[in-house]
Amino acid sequence: MKKLATLVALCALFTSCVKEGSNKSTFVYCSEGSPTAFNPQITTDGTSNNASAHTIYNRLVEFEYGSTKIVPALAESWSISEDKLEYTFNLRKGVKFHTTKYFTPTRDFNADDVLFSFNRMRDESNPFFKVSGGTYEYFNGMDMGNLIKDIVKVDDHTVKIILKKQEAPFLANMAMSFMSVLSKEYGDKLIKEAKLGDMDNIPVGTGPFVFKSYQKDNIIKFEAFKDFYGEKAKVSRLAFAITPDASVRYQKLKTGECHLIIEPSPADLGSMKENKDITLLEGPGLNVGYLAMNTMKKPFGNLKVRQAVNHALNKTAYIDAIYLGHAKLAKNPLPPTIWSYDDSIVDYDYNIKKAKKLLAEAGFPNGFETEIWTLPVTRPYNPNGKKMGEMMQADLAKVGIKAKLVSYEWPTYLKKSSAGEHAMVQLGWTGDNGDPDNFLYTLLGCSAVEAGSNYARWCNKDFEDLVVKAKRVTDLAERTDLYEKAQVIFKEQAPWVPIAHSIIFRAMSNKVKGYKIDPLGGDIFKTVELK
Amino acid sequence: MLKFILKKLLDLIPTLVGISILSFVLIRLVPGDPVMLMLGERGADPIVYAKMQKALGLDQAMHEQYFTFLKKAFSGDLGTSIVSKRSVTSEFFSRFPATLELGICAIIFAAIIGIPFGILAALKRNSFYDYLLMGGSLVGYSMPIFWWGLILILFFSVQLGITPVSGRISIMYDVDVVTGFMLIDTLLPKNLANEGIGPFLSTLSHLILPAIAMGTIPLAVMARMTRSSMLEVLGEDYIRTAKAKGLPIKKIIVVHALRNALIPIVTVVGLIFGSIITGAILTETIFSWPGIGKWLVASINARDYPVIQGGVLFIATMIVLINLVVDFVYAIVNPKMR
Repeated sequence: MKKLATLVALCALFTSCVKEGSNKSTFVYCSEGSPTAFNPQITTDGTSNNASAHTIYNRLVEFEYGSTKIVPALAESWSISEDKLEYTFNLRKGVKFHTTKYFTPTRDFNADDVLFSFNRMRDESNPFFKVSGGTYEYFNGMDMGNLIKDIVKVDDHTVKIILKKQEAPFLANMAMSFMSVLSKEYGDKLIKEAKLGDMDNIPVGTGPFVFKSYQKDNIIKFEAFKDFYGEKAKVSRLAFAITPDASVRYQKLKTGECHLIIEPSPADLGSMKENKDITLLEGPGLNVGYLAMNTMKKPFGNLKVRQAVNHALNKTAYIDAIYLGHAKLAKNPLPPTIWSYDDSIVDYDYNIKKAKKLLAEAGFPNGFETEIWTLPVTRPYNPNGKKMGEMMQADLAKVGIKAKLVSYEWPTYLKKSSAGEHAMVQLGWTGDNGDPDNFLYTLLGCSAVEAGSNYARWCNKDFEDLVVKAKRVTDLAERTDLYEKAQVIFKEQAPWVPIAHSIIFRAMSNKVKGYKIDPLGGDIFKTVELK
Repeated sequence: MLKFILKKLLDLIPTLVGISILSFVLIRLVPGDPVMLMLGERGADPIVYAKMQKALGLDQAMHEQYFTFLKKAFSGDLGTSIVSKRSVTSEFFSRFPATLELGICAIIFAAIIGIPFGILAALKRNSFYDYLLMGGSLVGYSMPIFWWGLILILFFSVQLGITPVSGRISIMYDVDVVTGFMLIDTLLPKNLANEGIGPFLSTLSHLILPAIAMGTIPLAVMARMTRSSMLEVLGEDYIRTAKAKGLPIKKIIVVHALRNALIPIVTVVGLIFGSIITGAILTETIFSWPGIGKWLVASINARDYPVIQGGVLFIATMIVLINLVVDFVYAIVNPKMR
C-alpha cells in the first residue's frame, strides 16, 4: 500500500513537471472527428472543410464571415454578361501560395491555377480526375458539371466561366468549399514525382493558415501564413485536437487544453452556462425541419385541410420537448440567417377552434384518417422523429384527425417519400450555399416534384414563376423582393408545417476573442485571438 | 513438432474465412446504407444515388462483393476505404502502433500491480487483506471502461490537474514519427536534439490514464489468477521441504513458489492481449487515442464497409496468431499437449 502511494505521488510529481501549459500563441480547437482528406474538392463533411477549405484554401468569391453574403476573395471583382451566361472574374494580383517543407512556389497565383482546380472535377482526361476515387460528390451534387459549358483563360488575371443556362445561385456555388483553388505548379511537381495522391492529403493553398502536420486521428497543426493576401491570422499557430467524445471535449475546455469546442453535449450546456470561465455561443443553424403534406393525395389537395393542420399542431411544445428548447420556431421554409427571409410573415397560431372550423368548411366536420411518416434517424433539424410523431398524433386527434404513425429504414423512407407514397411526412434540409434558391426551388419548385425533393408534391404556378424568375436575375434587391413574395404564397398555401430551425452551439474559453458562429456551420479561425 | 505447427496453421484458414464472412455479413445487416449516410437527403435522387453506389462497388450482389473482397485479400489488398479513399492496409498500419503501445503499457501496468496483489492475497489467505484485494479485483473486473475512463479523467485531470485529459502527446511538440511508437520515437537522437526530453515525458503522462483504464480488467484477472496459482504451488511438497530446511520465507516465495506459479499466468497474458484489443475500442474513444479502436468506431458509424471488414480481419488474425504462439509455448513447456 505504501509503495502504491509512493508510486502515485511520484507520478503526480513528474507529470506536474510536464503539465501542459497552453501556449499563448497556439490556438487549440477540439474537433469531433478526423478529416477524410485535405482537399475540399473530394470531401463532403464539415469536419474536413474546417481543416482545409476554411484554413488552407481560398475561393474566387467567399461568404462574408458570419453571414451568407458573397464577397470578393481571390477574384477582386466580377462581371456578368447581359444574357447572364458569362461570368468574368478579375483575379487578385500578388497572391502567394504557401511555402512548405514539401513545396516552394516560384510564381504567384494566376488563371492557370483556377483552370487547373476546376477542370480536375469536370474533365475526365485531367491527370488528377481519377485520383481519390474521382466522384466529386459536391460538384456533381450541385450540378456544376452540367451547368458549366466552358472555362476560359482570358489572360493571366482574368477567367471567364460560360454557363449553359441562366443560374443566379451560381455565384453562391462558387463560394462553396468544393470550389477552392489549388496550385497548378504543385500539381505539376506531383505529376513529375508520380505522387498524385499527395494533392489531396498534403495540401498547398493560399489561405490564412499553412498546413504543417497531421498525426492521424490525433492532431492537425497549422501555422499562420505570413504572406497571406488579406488580413493575417492573429494567432501564430493553430491546432485541431481531435476529440470524438463530447464530454471529454468539455473536460479539456475546463482544463485549458482546448480553447474552443465543437458541438457540446446538450447535457453539459447548463453547467457551461454557469461556468464563469466559459462562454457558450449559440446561433440558428442553416436548416429547417418540417412536416410536408402530400398535396397530390386526398384530402391534402384541399387548402383548408392544410391550413387546419397548421393550426392544429402545437409547435412550441415540440421545441420544448424534442429540441429541449435548443431550436427556433420556424414559420418560413427558409432559415432566418439567409438573406430575403421575410420576418413580417405571420404564422398560423395554435388554435383548435380555428382548425376544427376549417376542417368543417373543407367537408370534414368529423375529421379523417391519415398517416404521419416519422423520421427514423436523428438529423440536425429533428433529433427525435418518433417522439415528435406521437405529439403530432395527439394534437391532430384533438381536431378529429386520426393519424397512424409509420416509419421505414432511412433509405427506404427517403425513396418511398420521394416517390410520393406518403400522406404526411417529417423531413428537413440543411442549406449548402446560403442561397434561398437552395431551399425554395430545391424543396418547393415544380420540377422538384419530379426530382423527388419536393415532398409536399406541391406545384403552384405563382410560386414557381417567382422562384424561377429569381434564378434568372442577378440583382440582389430584385431577387430578395421575388423571394419575399414567394414566402407569402407559401404561407398562404401551407404545403408544409415548418417546425424548427435547430440551434448550433459552441463553447469557448473566455480568453478567446474574435470568433463568431458561422451560419453555414463551419468553424473559421482567421480572426480569432487569445487574450 | 513441425507437423503440429503445420496442422495448427492449416486450422487457421477456416477460422479466418469464417470471421471474414461474419464481419462481411454482420455489418451489412446493420441498418444504414453508406451511400445514404454520405449523401443524406440528397440521396433521394435516384440518379445521384445510383452513380455513387456504382462508384463504391456496392451495386453488386452481396456474394459477388464478398468474392471480390476475398480474391483481393489473398493478394494482400484489403480494399480502399469508402471515406478516406486510401488503402485499408496502410490505414491500419499507420494506427496499429498506437494501439500496441497502449496495450503493452496496460499489460505492464496490470502485471506490476496485479501479480504482487495476487501474491499478497495468497500469502494472507482469508485475512482482511485477502478479502479487500479479491473484492477490489471483482469491482475492477466489473467496471465499465467507458465510465471508469471518465471518472479517471474527472479526478486526475480536471480535479487534481496532474494528467492531460486526452490525446497522445502535447500539441506543443513536433516529433518526427518513425516507428509509430511514441515512447521510442521521442527518444530518437534527432527528436531528442530538436525537442529535448519534454516530448517523452509528455507521452508518458498521456499514457497513464488510458493505460490504467485499459489495464484494470487484466489487472483483476491477473490478481485472481496469481492468487489461485500461488495457493496451489504453496501447498506443494517442495515448498514444505524448503520451509522445513529453514530457508528464509522471502527466498521461498520469490525463487521457488513464484517461478512456478507464474507459468500459467504467462500463458494467460496471450489471452488477455485479445481482450486488450477489444478494450481498445472503448478506451481509445474516451481518451482520443489515435489507434485502431477509434478508427473502427468511426468507420462503423460511417458504415465504411471495407475498413470494417479489413480491420476486423486484421484484429482476428492478430488474436488467432497470439493464441497460436501461446499454444506453441504450451506445447514446448508441456509435451503432452502435442
